[in-house]
Amino acid sequence: MTIITPDTKPATGPGTGRVLLAYLTRDRLALAAAAFLAIFIIAAIFGPLLVGDAASRLGLRQRNLAPFSFEHGWIYFLGADTLGRPILARLIVGAQNTLGIAAAAVFSSMLIGGALGLVAGYSERWYSHLILRLADVVMSFPSLLLALIVLYTLGPSIANLVIVLAVTRLPIYLRTARAEVLELRERMFVSAARSMGAGPARIILRHIAPLVLPSLVTISAIDFATVILSESALSFLGLGIQPPNFTWGAMVANGRGYLATAWWIAFWPGLSIMLTTLSLNILSNWARTIADPQQRWRLQRLRKAAR
Amino acid sequence: MNQANPILKVESLTVDFLSDNEPVRAVDNVSFHVNRGETLVILGESGSGKSVSTSTVMDLIDCPPGDIVAGTCVFDGVELSRLDAEARRNINGRRIAMIFQDPLAYLNPVYTVGRQIGEVFESHGAGSGKEARAKSIELLRRVGIPEPESRIDYYPHQFSGGQRQRVMIAMAIALKPDILIADEPTTALDVSVQAQILDLLRDLQRETGMALIMITHDLEVAAAMADRVIVMNAGSIVEAGLAREVFSNPQHAYTRRLISALPHGDAAEVSNRRSTTSAGETLLQVENLTKEYVVASGAFAGKRRFRAVDDVSFEVRRGETVGIVGESGSGKSSIARILLRLNEPSSGKAVFAGQDVFRMRGKPLMDFRRKVQMVFQDPYGSMNPRMNVRAIISEPWVIHRDILPRKAWKDRVAELLELVGLKPEHAERYPHQFSGGQRQRIAIARALASEPQLIICDEAVSALDVSIQAQVIELLADLRTRLGLSYIFITHDLPIVRHFADRIMVMKQGRIVEEGPTSTIFSAPRHEYTQSLLRAVPKPKWLVPEERPTAERSVGKTGLRLERTRNGSLAG
Amino acid sequence: MFSYIGRRASHSILSVIGLLTLVFFLTRLTGDPSALYLPLDATAEARAAFARLNGLDQPLHWQFAEYLKDLLQLDFGQSLRQNRSAMEVALEAFPETLKLAFIAITLSTALAILVGSLAAARPGSLFDRLASLASLAGASAPDFWVAIVAILVFAVGFEILPTSGTGSWAHWVMPIFVLTLRPFGLLVQVVRGTMLSALTSPYIKTARAKGLRRQKIIFGHALRNSLLPVVTVAGDLATSLVNGAVVVESIFGWPGIGKLMIDAIIQRDFAVVQSTILVTATAIFILNIAIDLLYAVLDPRIRY
Repeated sequence: MTIITPDTKPATGPGTGRVLLAYLTRDRLALAAAAFLAIFIIAAIFGPLLVGDAASRLGLRQRNLAPFSFEHGWIYFLGADTLGRPILARLIVGAQNTLGIAAAAVFSSMLIGGALGLVAGYSERWYSHLILRLADVVMSFPSLLLALIVLYTLGPSIANLVIVLAVTRLPIYLRTARAEVLELRERMFVSAARSMGAGPARIILRHIAPLVLPSLVTISAIDFATVILSESALSFLGLGIQPPNFTWGAMVANGRGYLATAWWIAFWPGLSIMLTTLSLNILSNWARTIADPQQRWRLQRLRKAAR
Repeated sequence: MNQANPILKVESLTVDFLSDNEPVRAVDNVSFHVNRGETLVILGESGSGKSVSTSTVMDLIDCPPGDIVAGTCVFDGVELSRLDAEARRNINGRRIAMIFQDPLAYLNPVYTVGRQIGEVFESHGAGSGKEARAKSIELLRRVGIPEPESRIDYYPHQFSGGQRQRVMIAMAIALKPDILIADEPTTALDVSVQAQILDLLRDLQRETGMALIMITHDLEVAAAMADRVIVMNAGSIVEAGLAREVFSNPQHAYTRRLISALPHGDAAEVSNRRSTTSAGETLLQVENLTKEYVVASGAFAGKRRFRAVDDVSFEVRRGETVGIVGESGSGKSSIARILLRLNEPSSGKAVFAGQDVFRMRGKPLMDFRRKVQMVFQDPYGSMNPRMNVRAIISEPWVIHRDILPRKAWKDRVAELLELVGLKPEHAERYPHQFSGGQRQRIAIARALASEPQLIICDEAVSALDVSIQAQVIELLADLRTRLGLSYIFITHDLPIVRHFADRIMVMKQGRIVEEGPTSTIFSAPRHEYTQSLLRAVPKPKWLVPEERPTAERSVGKTGLRLERTRNGSLAG
Repeated sequence: MFSYIGRRASHSILSVIGLLTLVFFLTRLTGDPSALYLPLDATAEARAAFARLNGLDQPLHWQFAEYLKDLLQLDFGQSLRQNRSAMEVALEAFPETLKLAFIAITLSTALAILVGSLAAARPGSLFDRLASLASLAGASAPDFWVAIVAILVFAVGFEILPTSGTGSWAHWVMPIFVLTLRPFGLLVQVVRGTMLSALTSPYIKTARAKGLRRQKIIFGHALRNSLLPVVTVAGDLATSLVNGAVVVESIFGWPGIGKLMIDAIIQRDFAVVQSTILVTATAIFILNIAIDLLYAVLDPRIRY
């Protein structure tokens, strides 16, 4: 129950970025995950400029071309689909759609869910209860079913896909934000601000929101993986993105019919999904270890004193 | 005593905690011993490394991140680090036992206390099943748990704080260990409960002849228990010797500072910091303040009312310090929160500058919020960790736009920091970069920023180490003289108010049971409760006769009355 | 206790009604079902007759009122495609999904507790690192892709398991494997994480000071206290197993509620969509109550 820590010197030393990099280099798996994600993000941003038209160029001679051959150029290294389009090029273009949709959905659900959570946590008026009830409705039902119903009725488009994904993830942010607010608003610095005369707007925006944000950002990293999986499942079932646009999930669906003859059409995009979500999960695991003062030492360089 | 052959001998123990780059030295070349039947107190403030050496003895330090650099622990002639895991395990609980500060956290929440005590017998092959249960009931009876036959099947959360510590003690003495290590066993407890637990420990030691190693930061507890004492600071032993000699004639500068900071005892009458001027006109008049909570206790029992504050009236005059003293649950903090309009009262009135505080709206309320400030117990908790000191201190000016023009803020922050004994360049730092005492100074600077007339201090120094406590009190007293402030000083610690308050109100269960000038309260307390509080303050061991009959009496009578059961609801 | 269940029940009923209302209006806004059911060259009269027969010519609010009235009489409408009670269709499919889901969640929870606690007992060991990687991979794998790869390897490649359908025990292997993977991966993470933090908690110090054996400390004290968050997550995962069931059932041709739902949506069979929602929501409601009761068993501090 000791609240007071001994005299601490002002924290000087390397900046936080440097420290994080040091932690990262000490966990090889996390380092690999970070490097892999960085490559994917760069490929998603700049790749389409390089390979853009290759992704939709039909090639009769390359139909169902098997992978691992440079015969038709490096772009055909992972093989080609039934219309002879190079899979590598399509993976790069698909990455932009996949990551873009997920990012848009995660960002908007974090923003809206967080804001609603702040309100629902701080105020006890009727609308707080309404917000919570609505979140319960969304939470109490399997997200994919909800998304399927809504997408089929609203019609599958990229905008609707983002909305549906955002809505199904909204309750996570809402509940996290609310739980934190419930705890934070009892904290003494909030009482202190109230006793000084600060109004609700100032307390929420200046005192509570900055402390809620980090946990929302942490969740969003894990959630990003979940959203990628949901989007690809929807696209796989044919209710997500529609041709001519495509994501990795839609690519798996395209290859499903050719499993026996051309396994690579469905295999590579699925592997890309898995590696991306795996990297995100590894990184968030690593971040959790660093955030926990009881476990952080596992990632530190432990230099013993001389005997 | 068997001086030549101590039961435990720790020699030049050095323990590090590893982290990035340089290891942090927790304990540096520490040697001590303890004899059978003796009480050794390890005294130190937080962070002095006082718990680390005993944790090493108990093999509770995980390596890594811990790192035992050097040293030996010899228990009953056996070097502990040479034992294999099984032999080492067999010593814990059987021959050396330990109790901890916060029994609610240190007891497993999902098992009954009976099961947890029984485990000690089972894991050391000293009985199981019915036999272990019978022994556990006997132990619970011995440590003063009423109705042990039924309470044995209760869970830890169904006991009061003092009872939980008794359960911990029962668990520790189950196999009659040679050494009992008690790590801050009474720190979280009210003073009257603390007295009972200390009595219990003394009695058990007399019965079994075990050695007691007691770790504490509390000088009075140390003096009340110790045969010998070692004083630790920053990982090293700075002084060691017979308790009486160390306390009456401290040699090391650190020990001297520690002991002189103690505002306790009759010395406080001489060196007090009460206000010198006689009090001025009335600033705040509180009349019949009552706060009632409705406690829903199950579907069938209906609703019960619980009065946290019960018909409290008092006044605060200009330039005066009013102390409110009470144990936890006495309603003293509720008064502070109600007066600051953080909670609403059920009934009653508080007149500040001619207006009823509880009816204020709009501008008058904002004025009131400016004139009355609060300093909280936990200075770290009362500051937004994301704001730097400049933003923290200037927050009142952001809220109350008319106090100070924006361009004057920077200079005023520097002034205020100097006023509370900090440096202007501290303004750019964040709360976590300061020590506890410094943080409380920042909190005081913030309170002063809005130029208040009244400051409510709720346990403002309770969380600080004694030497820091004295400095903060000194600062508050100094500011009172220089700025003509009034204080309401709320605390559970009688000796602190003795030093500082002009008038004292003693609270119990929401009511004021006694009120009067400080010297009168201490020299001639009228109410039985005040008297029992004063008695409960630990007295040095060498000043009390050896065989005191008080222990049994206090456990038997007041013990049961003062410890309230907290089985989910607030039982009366 | 009973008042608590009552409160939960009334909340859930409100949720389900809200959901059904939403679905009712959304499905009717998607398009004219008669367009889907009648041949392209059907006459306008035939279309009108079809609509009249199924009440589709009435205004929307009137249709909704009728629907609610029927609902109160436990009449959930007729399946357009199968020409029998929609609820009957849904209840026929439900046990098939329940069997899959029950096996999957039981298997994944049991395995995860085993693997997770063994990993947490020796953090940083080879087993811990392998378990962490495997569980992260399980949590990250897209289920539809795993299903396809499994078919590729075991049905197309080795020809030891059937690609789809029901019947022999071999039909169960791949659906259960795919459904178990993700909950298993997520739960191992939860078990390991809560165990690690439980092992640094004060009551573990007490247990060590008492001289308890290591196994007893890890499995008797730390694991026992970690069960609560595990149950919470397992409950959420059981709910979202329905998500996996949609994918798995449609890939493996499993006649469960997930496949029924997808088919009904595509065929615009309103009554069946609504009945499946009602059945699923009720099952989830019962599950949540069961989990709340389990909490009270696991943690003596929780009382309703």
